[in-house]
Amino acid sequence: MNVDETDLPGLGRRKDFMTASGRRIGVVEYREGQTELIVSTWDDPDTCQASIPLTADEAATLGNLLGGQRLAMKLSEAHREIPGIVTRQFSISAESPFQNQPMGKACIRTRSGVSIVAIMREGEVVPSPGPDVVLHPGDLLVAVGTQEGLDTAAGILRNG
Amino acid sequence: MDPLALTLIELGAVVFCLGLLARLAGRIGMSPIPLYLVGGLFFGAGGLVKLEGMHEFAHLSAEIGVILLLLMLGLEYTAAELVTGLRRSWQAGILDLLLNFLPGAGLAVMLGWGVVGAMVMGGVTYISSSGIAAKVITDLGRIGNRETPVVLSILVFEDLAMAVYLPVLTATLAGVSLLMGLQTVGISLAVVTLVLVVALRHGHHVSKAVHSENSEVFLLNLLGAALLVAGLAAAMQVSAAVGAFMLGIAISGATAHSATRVLEPLRDLFAAIFFVVFGLNTDPRSIPPVLGWALLLAVVTAATKMITGFWAAKRAGIGIPGRYRAGAALIARGEFSIVIAGLAVASGVVPSELAALATAYVLIMAIAGPLAARFVEPIVRLLRRPVRGPAFRTSGPA
Repeated sequence: MNVDETDLPGLGRRKDFMTASGRRIGVVEYREGQTELIVSTWDDPDTCQASIPLTADEAATLGNLLGGQRLAMKLSEAHREIPGIVTRQFSISAESPFQNQPMGKACIRTRSGVSIVAIMREGEVVPSPGPDVVLHPGDLLVAVGTQEGLDTAAGILRNG
Repeated sequence: MDPLALTLIELGAVVFCLGLLARLAGRIGMSPIPLYLVGGLFFGAGGLVKLEGMHEFAHLSAEIGVILLLLMLGLEYTAAELVTGLRRSWQAGILDLLLNFLPGAGLAVMLGWGVVGAMVMGGVTYISSSGIAAKVITDLGRIGNRETPVVLSILVFEDLAMAVYLPVLTATLAGVSLLMGLQTVGISLAVVTLVLVVALRHGHHVSKAVHSENSEVFLLNLLGAALLVAGLAAAMQVSAAVGAFMLGIAISGATAHSATRVLEPLRDLFAAIFFVVFGLNTDPRSIPPVLGWALLLAVVTAATKMITGFWAAKRAGIGIPGRYRAGAALIARGEFSIVIAGLAVASGVVPSELAALATAYVLIMAIAGPLAARFVEPIVRLLRRPVRGPAFRTSGPA
């Protein structure tokens, strides 16, 4: 993927790329630290249909959603041969009883048979996280298991 | 009445009126500069109300306004941005300079204002208002657009051109010979280079000297340094404004950002007074005779900025609508045109019609610029549609 980086003198920096569908999509990073998501219009890739200001948390969450999606798609592809195995993503909300706790405390595998195969955090992947990895609000857990097991795991993460 | 009381009442009334004008400008989404100028015309010599008591204060405030305007212009871009901007957009910058300096200079010669008048009017028509342009780009949500860096780098080039132009202008206004003038150009080029090198290599030292976590200390340091440097520059026969501008370039990084934040309210106040004072010193009765020339100049220099932006955006591989957008964003002239005209008027070597012409010109361009930027997109779309229409019909099923 070829990401263009352009200086905006006096303002900051723009990073964007062209999608296969002919739209330009990217972010503007301001000198003062704000981030804006930009999307071009369909008929003129030079212009912007939307510029959406994002807080640091929102940007990280969006990054996780997009990155997690890709990981989940790859995993589903890999597990397609095995019937009954499903991939799902869980996000750790600020209300979760396990936020800022090591993941092992939730005993997800013991209680539901579900494996957490990766954690998406601020756009980065933590592969095969061990039980000592501390969960943060905004983290996205990529889990593999049976449909029922995943439902149980979702309940555990939400309610403890 | 007690002179102090009179001064305070007049000053209060003027600043209060400026507040009302700024609010009106905000409400209709335009730059307040033309309204400040009109306000000044209204109060000043030959206007409806005469203000005598605040003369001294207003005069000094206007000087401080110019210093702050130029200091903040210098703060706007880091030295690194200036250097890369120069490297990347010098062709567009030179085209911009030629196309937009010559109409103003040419008209001044035609009107018999001589070399000095040509220098001044060329500067007035050359320099785009980076303040208005940046606001228009932000307000219209065009920061993420692909032509925006093109527009910004032309503004960066103009920034640097000012650093050379202002000392030359000051020398010309002081009436020095050609040889002395060339010497001034040499000295100012050397000083600009020196300041850029210092800012690039040792900018943090300059920044550290004025920086403070305490915003009060920081403000006093900054303002003190700016006035000192400006005063010293004026004492060395270089314009005070240039000194402040160079200081602005030398301050870099995070210090520059917080300096902008701290100085903004002060700049708004003193710059507003500067525009009013410029209007005050212009006789409104002198405007109608030059209005025709101002309109002509406005049409020509709107077209030349359009060509500049169009060409620069085309070189950067931008599509046709984006080229028009780039051109239109550059049209607005404002604060720095008035700064240039103000320096000329203060020197007393230019005819008073020049101030009237510059005022009328900036009034037109500060209003027309943002309008052009806003409406160029729908207009271009409207004009381009008929071309596409028949192509669809012929390719469709007959």
